[in-house]
Amino acid sequence: MIRSLIGLFVGLAISLSIVAFAGENPFSVFMILIRSAFGSPYDLGLALFYTTSLIFTGLSVSLAFQAGLFNIGAEGQLTVAALAAAATGVLLPEVPSPWAPLLATTLGISAGALWGFIPGWLKSRRGSHEVIVTMMMNFIAAALASYVVLDLIKNPESQNPESKILGPGYLLKDYDFVQKFFVDSPANLSLILALALSVLIYFFLYKTIWGYELRASGQNEVASEMAGISSKRWKTLAMTIAGALAGFVCVNEILGSSGRYKIGFSPEYGFVGIAVALLARSHPLGVIASAFLFGALQKGASDLDIETATITKDFARIIQAILIFSVAGATLIDFSWIRQKCFFWKKKGVTDANFE
Amino acid sequence: MSLLAKSTTHIWIPLFISAGVLFSPSLYAFKVGLVLDKGGKDDKSFNSAAYQGATKAQKELGIEFKYVEAMDSNAIENLHRSFARKDFDLIIGIGFAQAEAVRKIAKQFPDKKFAIVDGEVKATNVRSLLFEEHEGSFLVGALAALKTHGNKVGFIGGMDIPLIRRFEMGYKAGAEKINPKEKLISNFIGVTGDAWNNPAKAKELALAQYNAGVDVIFVAAGASGSGVFDAAEEKKKFAIGVDSNQNWIKPGFILTSMLKRVDIAVYDTIKESKENHFRSGVFRFGLKDEGIDYAVDQYNEKLITPEMKNKVEALKSQIIKGQIQVPDYYKRSKK
Repeated sequence: MIRSLIGLFVGLAISLSIVAFAGENPFSVFMILIRSAFGSPYDLGLALFYTTSLIFTGLSVSLAFQAGLFNIGAEGQLTVAALAAAATGVLLPEVPSPWAPLLATTLGISAGALWGFIPGWLKSRRGSHEVIVTMMMNFIAAALASYVVLDLIKNPESQNPESKILGPGYLLKDYDFVQKFFVDSPANLSLILALALSVLIYFFLYKTIWGYELRASGQNEVASEMAGISSKRWKTLAMTIAGALAGFVCVNEILGSSGRYKIGFSPEYGFVGIAVALLARSHPLGVIASAFLFGALQKGASDLDIETATITKDFARIIQAILIFSVAGATLIDFSWIRQKCFFWKKKGVTDANFE
Repeated sequence: MSLLAKSTTHIWIPLFISAGVLFSPSLYAFKVGLVLDKGGKDDKSFNSAAYQGATKAQKELGIEFKYVEAMDSNAIENLHRSFARKDFDLIIGIGFAQAEAVRKIAKQFPDKKFAIVDGEVKATNVRSLLFEEHEGSFLVGALAALKTHGNKVGFIGGMDIPLIRRFEMGYKAGAEKINPKEKLISNFIGVTGDAWNNPAKAKELALAQYNAGVDVIFVAAGASGSGVFDAAEEKKKFAIGVDSNQNWIKPGFILTSMLKRVDIAVYDTIKESKENHFRSGVFRFGLKDEGIDYAVDQYNEKLITPEMKNKVEALKSQIIKGQIQVPDYYKRSKK
């Protein structure tokens, strides 16, 4: 935890010194980023909107990591989930309000779960590598989404590539108390859902036997098999749950804010989710903080673009990359080596074992 | 008296300084924010034209100008809102995809002025800039038919949307006007916003068309167009550029460019707003007011014979006079 924080600060320091090379005042850039996230309820709302989706995908990637799997497919999983939710809303517009969002959410996360189950099952049955399979599933999802949205449920009144608007009963607006705090911003009820899910996943992973089995099968497949844990079953299940978690993005995007499927709605939530999980070191509660960091950066990117002369939106990507490097670096560097070499530590009689 | 003068100078110096600060151009300049579409300012086509218009205004009118490119669809609205909140006087959205964001933000900031290119937003503080693309496409269609040796002309569109279908339809009509047997081979790059920025796919499609016997291709695909120009050079055939004058990109292989003078529309809007003559409403630009045209310059004058030029100029004046009705996809699709 402390190492992550040190890494975070080192990363920020490096990014801001690069800012100085670009000819901007690092301090003012830092203030722009802070204001961009907290400046007004609207700003915070938009940052939290990005954060919400990133919590879902971050959890998805984290859970798969814990089971020893690399889920690159969160993007595809959230795409099919959003597609299923949107298609439900467009094709069955008459469903009344309390049931409609539940129906769309259930179908959405089921679609996401299916998109996670397939690579998980292939992995445990056939040994197909999940990275390859999920990556290909991403392409299938994208193609499927453009086919369904543009050929079957297209909005005829718009030149934008988007679906028709969902039936009025599907929108979360009526129940949404979160939105009232962040006027005009797309932030919505699903923020609460995201926070609750993080806690739930934390309890699942660390406080239940199932969670223990899942983590054990991820850490050492052979040992867990010996101990009577079916790691194959857990790998399939972990990918399925991961898919469902990524699928929750549909609540934030489709039911919570836009009310339709817009092609290209996701600024690569699925892939940024990998970074979120790395930064959080796959801890479900850490995901909340790291998702907020990335959400604020996503929001800050366009504000940096407007407020400074030389820094463009691409710079936010550089900051993201530097942060991942520095945090991953800080957690991976073997400090014992430095201590061993350092005479001062030796003199005190401190051995490696003390630092582990 | 001298004492008084001395003491007043002390008062005057800070006053001058503060006056200088108050009236310095950076604080009181007319501020224009430009939100570009996917493809960005270097697409050498649609967005470039808008960017050039604004840059010209910056040089000539002394405005303060800032441009941004949208990262994702949620960001478009955020960008317009940020500009409005930062007290930009005029905010211009480039591309149909921004119509919804402009509609929403213009309503919330009624004292700010907005403009939108290729989109129609009805509000008292929004100026919608629309172009009669089919008219210009008709002329380059005629040029393509005059240039080709066979009886096939090619069209490559970016995203498959009514706006680009409008280019296609005008182009086809123009080619058929010259030679009724002319056959149109048409492809679209994609159905999403990525289609504006996929030169590799554009090149593939162009090579396929050239191999099928087409020798002139009109490409209306933003930044993807460069792929078609590469293919034209490779196959020693011709391409027709779009929006900006693209003749210079591959001299000798670009027959002409259909000009959509987004630069002029943007410049004029900035100028009028700066002079406090901002007019809202829908403004349509066509051949008549040179908002739409085709380009002849030093890069392509050898490719167009005087004969061809005369014929096209005749067609042009006929369209302006209303003697030729160019079929309009928008009107057709409403029927």
